[in-house]
Amino acid sequence: MCGIVGIYLKSKKFEKSLGGMLSKMLVSMESRGPDSAGFAIYNSDKNKIYKYSVCLNEMSFEKFKKEIKKKVKFTTIEKNSDHVILKSTEKPNKILPILEDFSTISLVGYGKSIEIFKQVGKPSNVVKKFNLDNFSGTHAIGHTRMATESAITTDGSHPYSTGEDECLVHNGSLSNHNNLRRKLKKSGSKFSSDNDTEVAAGYISNSLKKRNLKKTLNKGLKDLDGFYTFIAGTHSGFAVLRDEIACKPAVIAETKDYVAISSEFQAMAHLPDVHYAKIFEPEPGIVYSWGK
Amino acid sequence: MILDLKKLKLRSVNEKLQNIDRKKNKRDFTISNPEGNHAICAGLTENIDVTIKGHVGYYCAGMNQNANIIVDGNVGTGVAENMMSGKVHVKGNASQSAGATAHGGTLIIDGDASSRCGISMKGIDIIVKGSVGHMSAFMAQSGNLVVCGDAGEALGDSLYETDIYVKGKVKSLGADCEEKKMSKKHKIKLKELLKKAGSNIKPEQFKRYGSARKLYNFNIDNVSNY
Repeated sequence: MCGIVGIYLKSKKFEKSLGGMLSKMLVSMESRGPDSAGFAIYNSDKNKIYKYSVCLNEMSFEKFKKEIKKKVKFTTIEKNSDHVILKSTEKPNKILPILEDFSTISLVGYGKSIEIFKQVGKPSNVVKKFNLDNFSGTHAIGHTRMATESAITTDGSHPYSTGEDECLVHNGSLSNHNNLRRKLKKSGSKFSSDNDTEVAAGYISNSLKKRNLKKTLNKGLKDLDGFYTFIAGTHSGFAVLRDEIACKPAVIAETKDYVAISSEFQAMAHLPDVHYAKIFEPEPGIVYSWGK
Repeated sequence: MILDLKKLKLRSVNEKLQNIDRKKNKRDFTISNPEGNHAICAGLTENIDVTIKGHVGYYCAGMNQNANIIVDGNVGTGVAENMMSGKVHVKGNASQSAGATAHGGTLIIDGDASSRCGISMKGIDIIVKGSVGHMSAFMAQSGNLVVCGDAGEALGDSLYETDIYVKGKVKSLGADCEEKKMSKKHKIKLKELLKKAGSNIKPEQFKRYGSARKLYNFNIDNVSNY
């Protein structure tokens, strides 16, 4: 099943309340995905500082802080429950190999504007744990997972981020992910789980090197076999795609201030002015995108 | 009587509407703040009027018998699924599988209905004033599907005996669905259906589609395909 949600703000009006809006959306999608939850939230990238979102897993914050400070000079290191956000002017090609050397931690995302938090447990607990209500930003994507094809772990939780400021959430299942994973590995992509969505995220990241998000998703209609509603985020916005059979639901509400998408309308029922919004279902096989 | 879903539990509202005291005259209800909840007004059996003010979730008015339900908003998947009788009027758009497997009654959708509208319908009359999505009337067995807008891909795939009327464009017809002659009998029927939905579009503007009846029996020439 799974629940997916997203908000893209068209004006600055709700930037401070973005976290609170997304939090309620995620909690109302708990019935669709009680196993784990996660969210990616995008904030301005004015100061050119990279943010690395890391899940510490079993490692203690103090130990990680001590170890990482030996290797990299960070401007800040912020703890949020079992995740940390490292902020540095150092580029990913330098930092990623260092983080990979830590065998117990998981890098869940990186970029100039993205921050990702995800964990197993009920969505209502996960949003509380990370204080999602206090986040602000320009756009955000979230997911509640009902696990089907791989284990209930942090690595099996969405969103998946396989490139700078990129992320993907998925409701559905892919049937050709093993073949596609093998192909992508040959061209240099790295995967941390057996999850089908991670493969789709890797596919998108790989394709984004050559083409824009809209063209990438249109190409994905041919290359990704299975059922899906995707929300793919980048630093400037997000795009939505449903497979051509369209078994997996999605509904979009658009007002002058925001665009919201969710698996079911009830996730959006609390949003401001939603009753005056233009509400529609994205048509199968059509890429919808919003961004600056 | 107003039933506010912000104050009352969905289950208690449905229980109330499912257990109407026939001796009392309260037969007019309004449900406020539906907030996209699922299964609102499912399983009603009495001849009552219910107006839902707002957008609803899945399976609204499912299994309806006799009740007259108006939704002043959009509906999620499977509105009026398995309806037996009565009337459901959606003033907004409907998600997929509207009127699925329904045996009777009338479903009117003022906006568009998405994919699989009238899937496996068994006697219901569905009138959509907008367009319908792909695979509409899939395996539809009986009743009428009227579409005042366009129809998506594979309309009427594996159709039995439902009559489909479409005013606009049909993207493609499904297996065993073909255009049929619009006889006087059909025009009269269509006029009656449109009138039910408050529409005065002329039946002459529609085309009728039905089953070619080639899938009813196994064709021995296809044996090598299996």
